[in-house]
Amino acid sequence: MKPGVENTNVPAQGEIVLEARNIVKRYGHVTALDGANLELRAGEVLAIIGDNGAGKSTLIKVLCGAVTPDEGEVLLDGVPVHFHSPLDPRKRGIETVYQDLAVAPALDIATNLFLGREVRCRGVLGSWFRLLDKRRMKREAQKEMEELKFRLPSIDSAVEDLSGGQRQGVAVARSAIFARRLVIMDEPTAALGVRESGEVLNLIRTIRDRGLPVILISHNMPHVFELADRIHIMRLGRRVALTTPQRHSMSEVVAIMTGAAPGDEQSPRS
Amino acid sequence: MSTNTMAPSSRGVALLGRALTAPTVGSLVVLLVFCAIFSLSTHTFLAAENLSLVIQQSVIVGTLAIGQTMIILTAGIDLANGSIAVLGTIVAGRLVDQGHNSALCLLLAILLCTCVGLVAGTLVSRLMLPPFIVTLGLLGIVTAATRLIAQGGSFPVTDDLLGWTGNSWIVGGTGITFGMIIMFLLYAFVWYVLTQTAWGRHVYAIGNNRTAARLVGIPVENRLLSVYTFAAFLYGIGAWLALGRIPNADPNALQSANLDSITAVVIGGTSLFGGRGSIWGTLVGTLIVSVLRNGLTLSGIDPLWQDLVTGVLVISAVAVDQISRGKQR
Repeated sequence: MKPGVENTNVPAQGEIVLEARNIVKRYGHVTALDGANLELRAGEVLAIIGDNGAGKSTLIKVLCGAVTPDEGEVLLDGVPVHFHSPLDPRKRGIETVYQDLAVAPALDIATNLFLGREVRCRGVLGSWFRLLDKRRMKREAQKEMEELKFRLPSIDSAVEDLSGGQRQGVAVARSAIFARRLVIMDEPTAALGVRESGEVLNLIRTIRDRGLPVILISHNMPHVFELADRIHIMRLGRRVALTTPQRHSMSEVVAIMTGAAPGDEQSPRS
Repeated sequence: MSTNTMAPSSRGVALLGRALTAPTVGSLVVLLVFCAIFSLSTHTFLAAENLSLVIQQSVIVGTLAIGQTMIILTAGIDLANGSIAVLGTIVAGRLVDQGHNSALCLLLAILLCTCVGLVAGTLVSRLMLPPFIVTLGLLGIVTAATRLIAQGGSFPVTDDLLGWTGNSWIVGGTGITFGMIIMFLLYAFVWYVLTQTAWGRHVYAIGNNRTAARLVGIPVENRLLSVYTFAAFLYGIGAWLALGRIPNADPNALQSANLDSITAVVIGGTSLFGGRGSIWGTLVGTLIVSVLRNGLTLSGIDPLWQDLVTGVLVISAVAVDQISRGKQR
């Protein structure tokens, strides 16, 4: 463990769920990731921040299978994993929420929640006639939304009849229902207004409290400070600091992010 | 909006509201209004024999429109459906003329149609070519191929099996052709797969938001391929129904069937932008056009008015779709 990390009052004392070690990714002459490390512990919201070009989106793409790294390894529960397509992480219980609302607007909420993972009836009806168990999906959708304390007009409403925040809530809830290990959220509030963001932030908190760790990528410092247990700061393709909202102030974090202040991690190659 | 309104009563109200504003209901009202007008303005419209004729006249376009609906739901379009069906009639007719087993000829013709759909689906899903371009190209290719096979002109097809769909069942003095029954069964079957299976939900989702469909793990390419292939299989059935209606294989037949089927789909309330609509709407749309043509003919009005009114209906249907979409933004 790097100096400066141990002496923080980091609340995440849980096991390491997801770890990335010395990830390198080059695009021609551009080095997007230059020995990046990441660790996500059980029960935490880990915020990843960094300026444009700091490598955070490449790192996320590595974690969710969209990009294969040139060097380094990703470990899930301590076991090395190799993600070659976005479907690989899903099979291992990792769900990703994207900033552009990944929902089918004309379909209803329950249909959207189970899209791509529809539940069929038991027995011959399901296996031969491929009949969907709509009632069960609807019931489970309703139950999940209630457990997530996310208020919606009705599970039968078309997603296009919802507010932007509620729509993103549907996408977030879908990931929470199906993720078994962790959820990655890529700028989940970027397209939303202030109040709508609040609804989604509450939802993320509920998900964390139910035991799913969350990786949150955000440009929005107040959101990061409101929600994150730990903050992972990226600069020039690697992690330069791992801190908490208690330890550093917003302006200090921004200073580290932009390079105006030093981070507390050494470059692995210097 | 933030209040918890999951109470059954308000859900009922919401469902009722959706039902009343659903495009299919609008189309159904238009159909009933036309039927009422023609029942009052002519003596012959409401006769069982005439109503049977109205449905018989809509059987071919009605069947082609089923495939068209599925394709339009994925935000595609099919300009080649009529030409594929004509290819089926010519191939089946030619093979029978050569003395082959008629069931085999029919199966081969339907299989050939299905293969054309497989080609269209491959081009649309793997090469990502726009459906408009793919089917426009296929329209030309298939039409030319059909004429080459037909060697010029039309020829009679007198085979019993190929003409079987034109036979009818007499119920109370009115003929119900087997073709009509087949068409209704196809509608019921496609209703089932579109609304009661995961495949159908995927079709809607792809037309609605293709990126989202891919992100949630739907195999978008395979679904598109299956839609175009299945649609073309239905066009093959359409060829059989066409031979039942007119026992003659004509390479120049059904030239406007592609646009007529799009008209039926659009009047039935399915959005050309994909992702919204219903198969029953298409049946209603087909019947509206058929009722309109039949009723205006019975009223002794110049046939040119039929096309004019149909055109007005198409534009109105799309306008209603646009306005209702605009309202939701």
